[in-house]
Amino acid sequence: MNKPIRALAITFGLLFLSLLLGINHLQVVQATDLNARPDNRRVIDEEFSRERGSILVAGEPIAESVPVDTQWAFQRRYPQGKLYADITGYYSYIYGREGIEQTYNSVLSGNDDRLFVNRLVDLVSNKKPQGGSVELTINPQAQAAAAASLADLGNKRMGAVVAIEPATGSILAMASQPTYDPNELASHDLKSVQAAWARLNADASKPMLNRSTRSALPPGSTFKLITAATAIEDMGLGRKSMVKAGRELTFPGIDYTLTNSGGGSCGGNRITFEKSLAVSCNVSYGWLGLEVGQEKLADKATAFGFESKPLTDLGSYASHFTAKDKELEDPQLAQSAIGQFEVRATPIQMAMVAAGIANDGIVMKPQLVRTLRAPNTQIIEQIVPQELAEAMTPADADELTAMMVTTVDSGTGRPAKIRGVKVAGKTGTAQSAPDRPAYAWFVSFAPANDPQVAVAVLVESTKDTGDIAGGRLGGPIARAVMEAALR
Amino acid sequence: MSSPAWAPRKRRNTELAMLIVAIALAVGARISVELAVNETVPASVYTFAVLFSAVALAAHFAVRFLLPYADPILLPLVVTLNGIGITMIHRIDLARQAKNATAGSLATSQMTWTVVGITGFIIVMAVVRDHRILQKYTYTFGFIAIALLLMPLLPVVGQEIRGARLWIHIGPFSFQPGEAAKISLAIFFAGYLVVKRDALALAGKRFAGIDWPRGRDLGPIVMAWLLSLGILVFQRDLGSSLLFFGLFVVVLYVATERPGWIFVGTGLFVVGAWFGYLNFSHVQRRVSAWLDPWANPDQNFQIINALYGMAHGGVLGRGWGEGRPTLTPFSFSDFILTSIGEELGLTGLMAVIMIYVLIVERGIRIALTCRDAFGKLLAIGLTASMAFQVFVVTGGVTHLIPLTGLTTPFLAHGGSSIVMNWAIIALLLIISHQTRRPAPEVLDFSADEETQVVKLK
Repeated sequence: MNKPIRALAITFGLLFLSLLLGINHLQVVQATDLNARPDNRRVIDEEFSRERGSILVAGEPIAESVPVDTQWAFQRRYPQGKLYADITGYYSYIYGREGIEQTYNSVLSGNDDRLFVNRLVDLVSNKKPQGGSVELTINPQAQAAAAASLADLGNKRMGAVVAIEPATGSILAMASQPTYDPNELASHDLKSVQAAWARLNADASKPMLNRSTRSALPPGSTFKLITAATAIEDMGLGRKSMVKAGRELTFPGIDYTLTNSGGGSCGGNRITFEKSLAVSCNVSYGWLGLEVGQEKLADKATAFGFESKPLTDLGSYASHFTAKDKELEDPQLAQSAIGQFEVRATPIQMAMVAAGIANDGIVMKPQLVRTLRAPNTQIIEQIVPQELAEAMTPADADELTAMMVTTVDSGTGRPAKIRGVKVAGKTGTAQSAPDRPAYAWFVSFAPANDPQVAVAVLVESTKDTGDIAGGRLGGPIARAVMEAALR
Repeated sequence: MSSPAWAPRKRRNTELAMLIVAIALAVGARISVELAVNETVPASVYTFAVLFSAVALAAHFAVRFLLPYADPILLPLVVTLNGIGITMIHRIDLARQAKNATAGSLATSQMTWTVVGITGFIIVMAVVRDHRILQKYTYTFGFIAIALLLMPLLPVVGQEIRGARLWIHIGPFSFQPGEAAKISLAIFFAGYLVVKRDALALAGKRFAGIDWPRGRDLGPIVMAWLLSLGILVFQRDLGSSLLFFGLFVVVLYVATERPGWIFVGTGLFVVGAWFGYLNFSHVQRRVSAWLDPWANPDQNFQIINALYGMAHGGVLGRGWGEGRPTLTPFSFSDFILTSIGEELGLTGLMAVIMIYVLIVERGIRIALTCRDAFGKLLAIGLTASMAFQVFVVTGGVTHLIPLTGLTTPFLAHGGSSIVMNWAIIALLLIISHQTRRPAPEVLDFSADEETQVVKLK
């Protein structure tokens, strides 16, 4: 009977071998995937209980972990709550992460590969692992000015402000209204977190939406800067060149006419290019759009950052010149050239347009983060400015800057004037549909001869608003933010 | 014939030395748990250390006096598992009591059952002494097995827990008779087949290179198959059903040396499994949970959490008391192996599986060296049931095969399991003692060389 017993011995050996192989596969190969699954409470709790790194603005924490006496040893705190909510995002046990908390989670939580040595040291010295910190490019004065001037519009009014340092792409301010308090979502009182989440999501004004990066709306007349840039390059126009103006732009054989805002004539049938920008003449820019053509306009928009998501530090939407692969008919092309029809741009995109013109035509990648540091404050990465594209030649950019200065000095952009500083700017008022109220836009940069800050302001209409003019609503906000940044 | 020059070494001191290591492992683990969870070593550690050492040493001295030639490795292996089990259950107690201060101590009950188990172990060794006497009671054990299997189905005493009807409840005690039935069946199968094996070994037709049994000999295997199906249908216990049938087929195969029985058995198993899958939602649930646990995360919460625990443990584990095994329901019984995988890691879990491998290896060695057919069949039956059980439960909780409810021998919380597994070890030690002890002395009558006198006792 020993032969079958030996055969059984081999069979049992194989069965146990398969068990050993199985657990090796499970605990070594599959472990990474299993640990990354969103419903894995062990990993979530472990990360949640860790001393997470801070998010810093000018050396001050705007998000920090403080020790508490609950099930999870540390509470995430946002000392200025609403002011930075759209940048920090939140860190919630139930609802996960958003904003910088999400994008830089690996550094903040301490899981980043570059922190491997730190983790090893912590393991050996039996210390609890700690997260690294993220230092932002934000200028606290500009941020406060942006939030305060949006708040001045009244809390019913929705809007967004983005300020960029043109030479580096560093984001100096990014505010959105209405906003929320991330402390409510980071609380360890999960019932109150659920209540806050339900309330924020039920709110029709979408307080958790970062309008600076995720609200793509018709940019209106601010888009004329891109049309102008295309015309300067393609048609060799200078600011004193004469362009078509007048009451209306007609299209042979089509029952449609493009008129100016308010029905005026822009001061004649032919005006200077400079004046056409200063008075924001629709007829001129519709005509210029037809002259340069769809392809060149689309290319120029792309050069300034349209059709891509240039900001990688936060979740963002791409801006678009047309719906995908659409061949525009003439009236549609003329409307697109003045930032209507299907043109959609985010505030950060329009800030990049202003910053690109300010930076001699070179568009820099927008960045929110300056430095990543290990828990021992050692630098693990210093973010370097990155060139995205040369959208204009320096000479062309100078020409357009001069026209934008005139717009602020004597045109529609007067509300953005700053005493003693040359400001370049452009207003915009756009409608997404004829029966809906308009959006007010304002983009600008200053000082015009040595640009330090470029700003885009969006003020969304609400149902109770009758008229909005970009200069009147957006201009003062842009001025306040520029003044704060230049101080 | 001269008296044998070679006398096997008893190796009782080796056993004692290994036993001390096993006890030290359990006590050391207990201290680690206390330090990790409470950062102090409470007096209860000393109580545990004293009590656990006392019963383990009692087991050793009982073997030393009752079965001096018994296998010296089995006892330390089993004590190691038993100690790790109590420690893990205690660690889970601490987590349960942190949540609910009034939660009872499962480790205390496990320790109590270990004391009962080792007492039973000593009693079995003292009463049985020689496994061959069991052969006389072949049909008695067969009857006992049937009675035990039917008990949970009786009204009043029978009790259904988590969908399976395999418990009996008398007063404050609950008992899983399936564990005792397993031993009774192993004895019955061995005694029955040792007699019938010649008839069952007759070959029928040869087909596809295999000698198939004769049709008229299929009676016993079909009976065993129907019994297993009965357990599946009436007790809804997939694991025991599989185990009992597997046990019978293995003993039948060893008794007859005919691989044909394995094929017949496998065929019947496939038919039974298919029947079970088509007719029982609990079987279908187990299979779907195995194919894709995440298809229904709420229903498969337990296995998903077990996998998360093992993944979180990784190669080295979180350490005693540093993981969160209680997130998995029944982390102290059905899923105690994944608790070990979480806290002791892949390394610790592989070590535990290797202990089972060694136990099975010793069992097979005992079966190989045993000189009588009944002892061989009993040893292989008991060993195979242990091997099957460990494979099915480990494979189940680690997602290698569909999950079936079987206890993890010596580790999982549960009185019947602990007591009956200690009894299995007692039987294996008895067989090994009878096998390894020196051949009985034979008087040397050189004149009577033609006549061999064999003295059995």
